[in-house]
Amino acid sequence: MELQPSHSLASRAATLATGYLCYRRGSPGRGLALRSLRRARRKDIDDVGHKYYLELVLEDVLDKDSTVNCTAEVLYHLGNKRIAPDVQFTLEGELKNTDEADNVFYNRIRSLEKELVAENIPDSHGNVPPEMEPIRWLAWAASGYVIWQNSTENTKFHLAQIKHVKQVKRSDEYLEFDYVILLHEMVSQEIIPWQMTVLWHPKHGVQVTQDSRQPKHTSE
Amino acid sequence: MWLFPGIIFSLGMLIPGKLSLKLQYDGDQVFHIVPETFQQVQHLQHLCSTLLLDLWKPQLPEDIRAGEDLHIRVPASLVQEVKDNLDHHMISYKVLIPNVQELMDQSMPKERSSHRQGPEGYVYTQYHPMEEIYQWMTQIQKSNSELVTQHYLGKTIENRTMYYLQISQPSEKNKKIIWMDCGIHAREWISPAFCQWFVKEILQNYKSDLKISRFLQNLDLYVLPVLNIDGYIYSWEKDRLWRKNRSPHMNGTCYGTDLNRNFNSSWGSVGVSYNCSSETFCGSGPESEPETRAVARLIEKKKSDILCYLTIHSYGQYILTPYGFTTEPPSNSEELMHVAKKAAAALMGKYGTSYKVGSTSLILYDNSGSSRDWAHMIGIPFSYTFELRDNGTYGFVLPVDQIQPTCEETMLAVTTIIEYVDQKYFPGGAVMLTSGSLGLSLCLNVLLTWTAS
Repeated sequence: MELQPSHSLASRAATLATGYLCYRRGSPGRGLALRSLRRARRKDIDDVGHKYYLELVLEDVLDKDSTVNCTAEVLYHLGNKRIAPDVQFTLEGELKNTDEADNVFYNRIRSLEKELVAENIPDSHGNVPPEMEPIRWLAWAASGYVIWQNSTENTKFHLAQIKHVKQVKRSDEYLEFDYVILLHEMVSQEIIPWQMTVLWHPKHGVQVTQDSRQPKHTSE
Repeated sequence: MWLFPGIIFSLGMLIPGKLSLKLQYDGDQVFHIVPETFQQVQHLQHLCSTLLLDLWKPQLPEDIRAGEDLHIRVPASLVQEVKDNLDHHMISYKVLIPNVQELMDQSMPKERSSHRQGPEGYVYTQYHPMEEIYQWMTQIQKSNSELVTQHYLGKTIENRTMYYLQISQPSEKNKKIIWMDCGIHAREWISPAFCQWFVKEILQNYKSDLKISRFLQNLDLYVLPVLNIDGYIYSWEKDRLWRKNRSPHMNGTCYGTDLNRNFNSSWGSVGVSYNCSSETFCGSGPESEPETRAVARLIEKKKSDILCYLTIHSYGQYILTPYGFTTEPPSNSEELMHVAKKAAAALMGKYGTSYKVGSTSLILYDNSGSSRDWAHMIGIPFSYTFELRDNGTYGFVLPVDQIQPTCEETMLAVTTIIEYVDQKYFPGGAVMLTSGSLGLSLCLNVLLTWTAS
């Protein structure tokens, strides 16, 4: 069944697919975002779930003029809300190479004497200090994992802000960061704090090794 | 990590009194280096003192350390030499600021520029706290008293005064009304920024812009720059991502009703929570909140004259039509969609920003109790919700440098709707030019004739 790209279910599936893509292809030097959804179809599979076929256009936030087309399939499983949706994608074309930026960031962090600590990225006015940009795009990629794992047909998540980030020094070659992020869920309008432990290496991509939903600030 | 305050401080140190700073730092660059070894530290200390480079961080050469950030301002004439030197010594660097003069120009208050500043130097390309918006309203009325009056609307739950601005060209005619409110949700800062921009644009251009002067002959504009004042202040002072108002519940253990679920439009039916701790808590009943009542009372009173109700939100890039609580289309659905699409096309023409158009229930989510649905249900034909930039990359914390482009493109969409409404209800007829616009068009005609000959 063909869906209007503006249909709420289509755009939720597209946002989920983009999140998954960010996790698989994001890096400190690459922030992928959904530029537009060109086409969406949905198929209801008895006893299995709802499958969406999507044609997306992605952009690299750090290189806005470049876009990449992508086809994706999203399967939301029926009933059991604990299983993450299945996502598959095919990129048509190449993403810009980020090796240089990734290596600069990697070396910079490795050479820090004190562990990096930061808060509120972006700040209230949308500012991100230049040296925090890679930290932000790393969180962006890692949040894609959390978004993927926790999405349903009734949710649409975006990373609203990094509340806190702390580097954890490791003896091996990986970089490790402990983040507390704020996710904005569009349908309920909730802001959900989420902790995630993120591992990264230029050659090994992004990994979220541990994550947990945090309680909302209940004082007000 | 707190680069910006450091940069502003350093920039501040560069300004000796009121000297003209034009181009004094043009081409100067700030380098960011993290020395890796003690040898590198020594070399950098030597370089700084030999070339008399301006150290921004740390303050003194003796405080340069391996593994710590070093920021140096290099004068334009020495940039290449320093780069060659660093390369030769295998010291990696990053250019943090490629042109100090440019950054200074952006940070310093500028001379009057009709786009970014208005009367008395108000900067429309920054976010303003509520105190400044109150002052701005007073000032706008003072400077434009022939057109603008400030009106009392009501009080918020924390007893703050709500005002709206009425822009009305003096005339014998009985005019109809366009209503626009901003800031019903506290965290959507771009929304009040747009209301202020809109007012500024109208007041700056109503004499020279033929379209504006045409519709102002028939239409009064009522603009409420911040509807949820308490929430807006709370988002500045305590919690940037606050959404609701600040009404206390459960003995002060829980705060806030979602004002856009609190109107009497199928109140409490779908897309809401009955739990105060939720972001979409609809309140204890329809219009339970003083802010809701203040708006509803005025609109109810004037409803026979209100042709268009616009409510501005963020984010998502949508122009939304009724309804949220049902997928049943409103009676004038086709026309509403037609005009919304026209508006979205006009908006896209400016910077290519793409907006989705459709009814809330179909393209966004279910919700009940929204102000827009209520406005349409009591008979206001053209009711729209705008969700401004962006698409989620920054979301609510839209950077300051996007205020201007967002406002410019949104202006086109809003004026498209107003012009349509104007032409529909005040069709054709001779366009009465004010003496100002007549003068301008005569001048342009003369100029064209001259240049053509």
